[in-house]
Amino acid sequence: MNDYILEMRGITKTFPGVRALDNVNFKVKRGEIHCLVGENGAGKSTLMKVLSGVYKFGSYSGDIVYDGEVQRFMSTKDSENAGIAIINQELALIPDLTIYENIFFGHEIMRPSGRTIDWNQTIVAAEKLLDKVRLDVNPSWKIRELGVGKQQLVEIAKALSKKAKLLILDEPTASLNENDSQNLLKLLRDLKEEGVTSIMISHRLKEVVNIADTITVLRDGATICSINGRDGKVEEGEIIKYMVGREIENVYPRREDVRHGDVALELRDWTVYDPSAERVILNHVSLKVHKGEVVGLSGLMGAGRTELALSVFGNNPHYKLLGGEIYVEGKRVRFKEPKDAMRAGIAYVSEDRKHNGLILIQDIKFNVTLPNLEAIENGVVVNANEEIIQVNKYKDSLNIKTPSIAQKVGNLSGGNQQKVQIAKWLFAEPKVLILDEPTRGIDVGAKYEIYTIINRLVSEGYSVIMISSDLPEVLGMSDHIYVMSEGTITGELSAEEANEHNVMRMATKTEEVCNE
Amino acid sequence: MNNTKMKKGGLGEEIKVLMKTRVRDYAMYIALAAIFIIFAACTGGAFLSPRNLTNLINQTGYIAVMAVAMTLVLIICEIDLSVGYMAGFLGAVAAIMMIRMGINMWIVIAAVLALGVFFGVMKGLIVTKMGVPAFVTTLAFEFIFRGLLSLITSESGTIPIGIDSFNAISNGFVPDIGDIAGMHSLSLVVGAAAIVLVVYFQIKRRKNMQHYHFDVLSKPMFAAKLIFMSVLIGVVAVILAQYRGLSWTIVIVAIVTLVYHFIMEKTRLGRYIYGIGGNSEAAALAGISVSRIRLLVFASMGLMTALGGILFASRLQSASTTAGAGFELDAIAACYIGGTSTSGGIGKVTNTIIGALVIMSLTNGLNLMGVGIAYQYVVKGIIFIIAVAFDVMNRK
Repeated sequence: MNDYILEMRGITKTFPGVRALDNVNFKVKRGEIHCLVGENGAGKSTLMKVLSGVYKFGSYSGDIVYDGEVQRFMSTKDSENAGIAIINQELALIPDLTIYENIFFGHEIMRPSGRTIDWNQTIVAAEKLLDKVRLDVNPSWKIRELGVGKQQLVEIAKALSKKAKLLILDEPTASLNENDSQNLLKLLRDLKEEGVTSIMISHRLKEVVNIADTITVLRDGATICSINGRDGKVEEGEIIKYMVGREIENVYPRREDVRHGDVALELRDWTVYDPSAERVILNHVSLKVHKGEVVGLSGLMGAGRTELALSVFGNNPHYKLLGGEIYVEGKRVRFKEPKDAMRAGIAYVSEDRKHNGLILIQDIKFNVTLPNLEAIENGVVVNANEEIIQVNKYKDSLNIKTPSIAQKVGNLSGGNQQKVQIAKWLFAEPKVLILDEPTRGIDVGAKYEIYTIINRLVSEGYSVIMISSDLPEVLGMSDHIYVMSEGTITGELSAEEANEHNVMRMATKTEEVCNE
Repeated sequence: MNNTKMKKGGLGEEIKVLMKTRVRDYAMYIALAAIFIIFAACTGGAFLSPRNLTNLINQTGYIAVMAVAMTLVLIICEIDLSVGYMAGFLGAVAAIMMIRMGINMWIVIAAVLALGVFFGVMKGLIVTKMGVPAFVTTLAFEFIFRGLLSLITSESGTIPIGIDSFNAISNGFVPDIGDIAGMHSLSLVVGAAAIVLVVYFQIKRRKNMQHYHFDVLSKPMFAAKLIFMSVLIGVVAVILAQYRGLSWTIVIVAIVTLVYHFIMEKTRLGRYIYGIGGNSEAAALAGISVSRIRLLVFASMGLMTALGGILFASRLQSASTTAGAGFELDAIAACYIGGTSTSGGIGKVTNTIIGALVIMSLTNGLNLMGVGIAYQYVVKGIIFIIAVAFDVMNRK
């Protein structure tokens, strides 16, 4: 069978300063389930956005040949008309509209007059589609009343209503529980029987080897290989080998003298339930951080690392803590709000500096001193001179490149903004610093500086927990690595033991570990 | 402290850069000057008479104190639409307590201020604890206060307040200490002191900034700024001195403004308020109790609304059934004209005072010209939209 429904040839897509896709070739046979795998940032989502017209024709180079013709999609509408439907991780449903309204949103069934919507026909058609995706619910229910798994099925019904021939699913099972995941995969197989081709992006390799007819691995914006998933059993290890397999360049400054002290922070059986997602997002997580140690927290997108940091830091009031204890320097502590965590000596440097980290319309000094204004207070007055002296110190020691600390943070480069974030939390005088994706979106030079800062901090006795999706970074910087997958710690490795293979193996481990 | 890049291009270049980067800061002065010139021309100079300008300042008082607190509300991205009828209602409460119940004026003032805080906290709790948007909460409260005002004034209609010391709050003047060239000396002395203090603090601040190597205005520009400020204060002082001197309203507004200015610029609380307005997520993650501070801001709004209600009742020497209508719009407009950002996080109470003067100059000038109240609403509405549109486009 050599009938390809889709051929993407030599696709190159660049963003300012980054080459996200580099001459990618990607072929999908008609009627197969094709899995696309790769590390975070390998270019999977970018490739699918090119395919679905989110990045319009002309913004990339290379050809998309679909159904034997070169396509020039200017918008997602064009790709939809051609029969390509993409289902993103964040579902595009309107919570307060009914299922049938959602399914036909944007392509309503009209009465013969063509002016008004034929709701009766709509409901009948919706029932048929729900039947097809085996969702046994009343189509007049609101989306809000459905769980994520069922919403996912509605999305597929919506795609089918548009007569989609090629279905793209971006990590469809990432937020689903085991049952819903199995359902979804079964549905994909059924659709395959009916001639629908699917492209599925997934981090769950176990799923991938079970369902895929073909597996394509992307790495650093390039196609590494396509494996036939049906000729004998594909090993998960083989896929991992292709996913990583990169030389680690020596971009990580070495720390001298690694002497670890007592335990600074310990987490025992930390279990958290998220009512809005209706699932346990952190399951019996235990970890230890010593004084003067960099602990790397690795894992793929959605493994629960940020959720872990935020739940410890006391920020997410709607999370429900089902169990677990926090110990700071051996003493049991409880945090109700971030202030409590800060008092105990924990600082959280957010992954999302623009939304959760910095106040962009304010200047550098304002941002740096905000968490610990008490330290520069003179009676009730904030001592502006002391503030300038203190913040200038951080500006020099962290090498924040700015003409003045009166510069608005919004005007700084990403790397300098990140340094302001770090300065801000150092000013709060913590013992343990949780750095969430500290080098995301900043250039190589600034990355190196951040690493140097991290090294200096641990040599001064701080402890650092570094959450990072950049595997070489975790391996290069950490003394000790914990790997998470689906809300549990799936492995713990010392710096010597760890390599890309065993970390990635742990990061892609799924349910058998959860059930331990 | 704007990071105005000072090139070595000389004075002309500096003025050009300033006009470009800080046009938003100067717009309200330009607007104020334009309004003054237009009204002076249209009223044959009557607008600029000492009597009218004194009147204008006293008229601005009740809006000014509410606008100052409103600035904080807008900075944290909230709004309070209920302050108009709330001020009217609390003014009526004060009148009833004094006239019908014969309670001592000072006790009444304290009680009404406390009542203002109470209502402010109530609104704040509904917004922060129950999560009802401020727009909806305060719109509903506007209805409630409007109803309550009608209710307590329904039997009597307008309640005249015949207590001189109460009416003096908005109509009286600080006793004078003697005449200088036929003018009231106190306002001249206060004016001179204000000039000395402003010049002293400005120089001190500039020296300090230079010490820490921040960009500062060049010497001639700085001198021009000082002269401008001094002349402005001087002119106001002389005008006041030519009529009846320093009014109690000015004293009250000055104290309120200074206290709020101090809080916003010098204290931790001020920082937190700006921080929450700039990015409440980041503020919460920095350990700030966001909901507690939002509550406090609503409480302060309540306090200033009560003060505004007292000032207005005192000014009219009565409490009427429609007192307070439209004050909320005047107060909010004063903030926006004074440069408070419509998307929060930015605003200064001192600039809001200028904004309040702009709004009340419009009212005063149009009254002098004999333009009917109906037209005044239309004009104010248009000015309001222009101010906000100017702000939004300027921040792009």
